[in-house]
Amino acid sequence: MDLNYSQDESAFRDEVRGWLKANLPQDLRDKIANYEELGRGDLLRWHKILAKKGWVAPAWPKEFGGTDWNVVQRYIFEEECGFAGTPPLIPFGLSMCGPVLLRFGTDAQKKRFLPDIYNGDVFWCQGYSEPGSGSDLASLKTRAERRGDHYIVNGQKTWTTLGHFADWIFCLVRTDSSLSKRQEGISFLLIDMKTPGITVRPLILMDGGHEVNEVFFDDVKVPVENLVYEEGKGWTVAKYLLGHERMNTGRIGASKRELAKLKEFAGRQKGDDGRPLIEDARFRDKLTRVEVELMALEITNLRFLDQMRRSGQPPGADVSMLKIKGTEIQQALSELSMQAVGPMAQPFRPAGIDGAGGGAFDHFTAGLAPRYCNFRKTTIYAGSNEIQRNIISKMTLGL
Amino acid sequence: MNFDYNEEQQLLADSVRRFLAKDYAFEARRKIVASKDGWSPAVWSTLAEMGLTGLPFSPDYGGFGGGAVDLMGVMEAAGEAMLVEPYLATVGLGAQFVARAGNDAQKKAILPAVVEGKLKMAFAQTEKGARYNLARVQAHAQKAGGGWEISGEKLVVLGAPAADKFVVSAKTENGLSLFLVDSSARGLKIKSYVTLDEQRAGDVSFSEAPGELLGAEGGALPVIEEVVDFATALICAEAVGAMKFACDATLEYLKTRKQFGVPIGTFQALQHRMVDMYVSYEQAKSMACLAASKSDPPVDAKDRARSISAAKIKIADNVRHISQESIQLHGGMGMSEELKVSHTFRRLTMIAQQFGDAEHHLARFAALS
Repeated sequence: MDLNYSQDESAFRDEVRGWLKANLPQDLRDKIANYEELGRGDLLRWHKILAKKGWVAPAWPKEFGGTDWNVVQRYIFEEECGFAGTPPLIPFGLSMCGPVLLRFGTDAQKKRFLPDIYNGDVFWCQGYSEPGSGSDLASLKTRAERRGDHYIVNGQKTWTTLGHFADWIFCLVRTDSSLSKRQEGISFLLIDMKTPGITVRPLILMDGGHEVNEVFFDDVKVPVENLVYEEGKGWTVAKYLLGHERMNTGRIGASKRELAKLKEFAGRQKGDDGRPLIEDARFRDKLTRVEVELMALEITNLRFLDQMRRSGQPPGADVSMLKIKGTEIQQALSELSMQAVGPMAQPFRPAGIDGAGGGAFDHFTAGLAPRYCNFRKTTIYAGSNEIQRNIISKMTLGL
Repeated sequence: MNFDYNEEQQLLADSVRRFLAKDYAFEARRKIVASKDGWSPAVWSTLAEMGLTGLPFSPDYGGFGGGAVDLMGVMEAAGEAMLVEPYLATVGLGAQFVARAGNDAQKKAILPAVVEGKLKMAFAQTEKGARYNLARVQAHAQKAGGGWEISGEKLVVLGAPAADKFVVSAKTENGLSLFLVDSSARGLKIKSYVTLDEQRAGDVSFSEAPGELLGAEGGALPVIEEVVDFATALICAEAVGAMKFACDATLEYLKTRKQFGVPIGTFQALQHRMVDMYVSYEQAKSMACLAASKSDPPVDAKDRARSISAAKIKIADNVRHISQESIQLHGGMGMSEELKVSHTFRRLTMIAQQFGDAEHHLARFAALS
């Protein structure tokens, strides 16, 4: 048993760390550090820097720009990005639409869409959730009717993350509602957001931020060549994506960075007795318990990677465990960070308002409570933690 | 990076598990627990034959030169079977002091006998009011003739009734020191009892009992910390085994127990609690791996202490979680002493507080950060 990275793995980590240090632009680094909202330009700028380096889509086949890294290298890369505080790579193109096209797309579709995804020339979003279909995704109602060489799409998607930045959306739509099994009759469509009949309406979250939207489809014409895989087989495609989770579901690198930051500024905050808050046993114990949970999660994650590397099998329900623990840790850190500033958590800096117009309050401090609010999403999105428990219960425990 | 046991470690763990499944099943264990001495000479000699009493000691003294990682699989198996033999007291504590601090003559006199299963040991440390503070020792020793005389009272000495030799912490004019004292020494008295987790322990008093200095006079604290950390890593692994049993037994119960005409495992309220137990187990196991891998030299003392404390925090929290849930999900049956899971509950409850509870290790971790 050896919990340390091998010499090669350590060298790889150092290479990634060194490159990120040299190539992550300072203004982007600062935005992330100050919890500022990132614009489309910020996200694509970082995407293009990585694309130029050849590191933007490590998991893709080599001929399409993949890096041929093994699962451990991919994990190291993603965790180092989190630890360095890079802008996120938006997953909808690189980790969702791309892998779907690689697996199910026609040659024409691959040729048309993959280079733009790789190079960050097209911004994608995901059209899954609907007002009546959250965890119960197969109940979706947005329908697509075949008329000659087009589908006519009508309905509504919601919680569409970064839909307001997107050029294209991939959607699950119902092409046949006569079937008794709801999973049948669903199809996977690629839709140009500029098509007439599409309306994007912002959904502002409780932190004041704009990251999700409602998307309305009103007689939207979609060419049949934008159907992926067979008509009525969209559920197969969606399930494939569920098994195609990224290595960094636990977001351990990012949480390590947040933990280090919290320790640093809890050292500068004063407790009631005037001594540094970090020396307050009640606060310190909470912080340590989160730190230990994070240490355990990192080792658990490495254990799973080690198993995957040996068996060559995809991670399966283990990813659900990483999601549950990873998001609980992210929430605990955001809560402790807010708690650390005590009464100064009250001034409100809505997300998306940058420092310039500021107000009298400390800019960073005032961002902590909105961030706490925002992070309640983590245990809800990408399959709520209750759905993750259902998955483990069924797949791992056989209940 | 590699989390598997090597072939030897796996073979050993498997053979221990097979032996315990055959000769240490719940009923057999119950008889041993109820016997006068509370441990089994037959089992002890089998453990010695299997090489377990010699596993972590140098080949120079007949051992196999293993470390905490080698013991991890053994302790997991011991945890699943809830071994009550004085294995931790002898191999994880008493003889570790001899191996780490003893001179060559002491090692020669003691370690081969331990390896062969002929000598059992115990560590007499805790005193009234000392709680988990390893430096708070009132017992004292003074030179007498060519040797030393030790006086003081030690509480809850694990394995005391079975021990042939004690390692005793006591202060001299030069500070905290360790001494070897025979169980037959004059001035030594043991008040024996059974612990909640069905092991044997005792309060041991020393009244000018003759002893032999072990290690440097006044230099004992770092060795005590090192060995207690080692033993802590071992009970973390033992906890993993016991937690595995508690989880497996509970899962089996959810699948077989029927109410309202269906297995209770079909109820989502129980499914999610079972999943949380399973997640708790995996997280605890990860920290037990960390503890074992940081227990063997050459690990920097601060790195070792910080890692062991982190592991013990997680283990302490998660054994409480898993043990409590295992009883709740078994319903009334879990309360019955007829079910093994209620005995696992008792062992896990004590593991949470052995060698420092979560709060002790939270303070220690913070002080080392």
